[in-house]
Amino acid sequence: MDYFIELFFSGLTRGSIYALIALGYTMVYGIIGLINFAHGEIYMIGAFTALIVSTVLTIYGFPLLAVIVLTALAAVIWAASYGYTIERLAYRPLRSAPRLSPLISAIGMSIFLQNYVLLAQTSDFQPFPALIPEFDFMEPYAHIVGSSDLAILVVSAIVMILLTFMIKFTRTGKAMRATAQDRKMAMLVGINVDNVISITFITGSALAAIGGLLIASHIGQINFYIGFIAGIKAFTAAVLGGIGSIPGAVLGSFILGLTEAFATGYVSSDYEDVFAFSLLVLILIFKPAGLLGKATVEKV
Amino acid sequence: MLSFKDFRNGLMVTLWFVFLTFPLLVIKINPIEKSVVWRWHNMLYVACGTFVFYVLSRLYLARKKEQQQKIKTGIVEDKVAWSAKLFSEPKFYIPIAVAGCLFALAFPTLFSTYQVNIMITALMYVVLGLGLNIVVGVAGLLDLGYVAFYAVGAYAYALLNMHFGLGFWTVLPIGGLLGALFGILLGFPVLRLRGDYLAIVTLGFGEIIRLILENWGEFSQGPSGISNIARPGLFGIDLSLEMSINFMYYLTILMVIFTIFVVNRLQDSRIGRAWFALREDEIACQAMGIDKMKTKLTAFALGATWAGMAGVMFAAKTTFVNPASFTFLESAIILCIVVLGGMGSIPGVIVGALVLILLPEYLRAFSDYRMLVFGAILVIMMIFRPQGIISTVRRTYSLKD
Repeated sequence: MDYFIELFFSGLTRGSIYALIALGYTMVYGIIGLINFAHGEIYMIGAFTALIVSTVLTIYGFPLLAVIVLTALAAVIWAASYGYTIERLAYRPLRSAPRLSPLISAIGMSIFLQNYVLLAQTSDFQPFPALIPEFDFMEPYAHIVGSSDLAILVVSAIVMILLTFMIKFTRTGKAMRATAQDRKMAMLVGINVDNVISITFITGSALAAIGGLLIASHIGQINFYIGFIAGIKAFTAAVLGGIGSIPGAVLGSFILGLTEAFATGYVSSDYEDVFAFSLLVLILIFKPAGLLGKATVEKV
Repeated sequence: MLSFKDFRNGLMVTLWFVFLTFPLLVIKINPIEKSVVWRWHNMLYVACGTFVFYVLSRLYLARKKEQQQKIKTGIVEDKVAWSAKLFSEPKFYIPIAVAGCLFALAFPTLFSTYQVNIMITALMYVVLGLGLNIVVGVAGLLDLGYVAFYAVGAYAYALLNMHFGLGFWTVLPIGGLLGALFGILLGFPVLRLRGDYLAIVTLGFGEIIRLILENWGEFSQGPSGISNIARPGLFGIDLSLEMSINFMYYLTILMVIFTIFVVNRLQDSRIGRAWFALREDEIACQAMGIDKMKTKLTAFALGATWAGMAGVMFAAKTTFVNPASFTFLESAIILCIVVLGGMGSIPGVIVGALVLILLPEYLRAFSDYRMLVFGAILVIMMIFRPQGIISTVRRTYSLKD
């Protein structure tokens, strides 16, 4: 039973990280209908920035709390800047191009960023300092669920609640929803669509950076390639939940996280990634609109 | 030309990029020894590079706009690009093709075995590029797991040769068929969906194939791969190593010619026209009575057939296969060949493959930057020249008066 609960929590932790990345995919897709292949790389850049900043700050003798806060801030700021720049450089000029063009551009951006980090930093796995401390009150349960699992769950829950609040109740959120529904109509009622798209990219990237920071601190090592697999998996989660739907992305992520945790725990860990991909293919065959997504008919 | 405002914007962009690349390019940490190296010179490079690139792209866009203005107002006639003209008029392309063929035939006698080996690799990428061109360029389906079919072909030859001693010539069609079979199996569920899904599912499929080859040791001998695969035979004559490499070279040339022939014929066929139409407008295409599913599936399966055959040739050339040869990057390189050369253009893909494979071989000093450049090429081509270096010419009828 303990093993089951352990797997369950590990699934939840994975799920919440996937959710943080999948939200970015689903928001961007909802607004401009593009799979942002470079999103996984944003997550990786967030993790790398966190690693660099935290190491530098630790060397210069900052206290732990300051290191955590500044690292998180730096990761979010830089990842968001990268997200914004990618949209401006690689996607905006192609907004009225045929469908294939922005997709190819996105793939190119993803390959470029991976190799940029590889060349600028290193190809080896880098150890990542455990930024999340061990909580004393978690001691009795430490064999089932670790402190960092708990921290990840709590932080992602807070972030997701904030995001929901932003989308539901703020002016920006309203503008985002309007743009997602009908871009031309949104333009007509006076929404600056370019700004809304930029904000979407910035928000999505910030979420991915938080995910990157949390998972890097949890697993304890990163390299330039982590964004690729995480990106595909988060995309799977977004499709599972229904791409374009925000609650769908969260639901899909938890389902994917739990499936992976149980499958690796009870079946085999060699095929960890195969489970996710097979799940993706299966959903696309049987329910292409996803669990919470709406089936859309293309209008002429 | 460029105004003061352009320069001010250029400075702003430069500052932004200096900020953006600051942590990753300037700071280099060693988390084990807890030491930091500050690489300020990188900041200078980024600043200069960004500024120059910004000014150049401004100039290019300004010129392009001016040109379009002139064409619109009728000052200058819209002239066909020289590259397109070169390959659309028989009086230009026939001499080029003949010269190319003669050079290709004489290549092994002119250059060393090492050069011949590199050329074989490049020609194999020509075949792969032409195969992917059917899928991406002609039919407009973004396939990011193309290398999976390549792996299927390579492993088909490796395994059939190891277990049953089957020769190259027997397995070549089998590899092609297996590729097609896998293409249909994967394409059937996915092709009903929107194009973007296809991209990610094929990406996932490519990874699944690689992971299975890596982990299923009893079947594929895992990461260590299969070695001692037989080279292609020539009527049972024993060939020296150099001779067999030359033989392989001519085989690849034959394969390239065969591929060009088939792809060229396909493009003008009924199904080829259907592919072009499908790429341009799916809905209109269906309204004209084209079976969307069948047409897409044919494109996908045919592309996979070529990957399968190229895989068999790859295994025969290197006499060794392992899963590391079939990563996503390989698919990315092939996609880059098609995009750089010009989607849908046969001469474009050939030039693209030769440039992208041969240049890094001869510019070894920059080989670390290869993938970085490939990624950048994909983005830059899409923005500045989506039709590729040699664009396709749509066949048009001109009426004589």
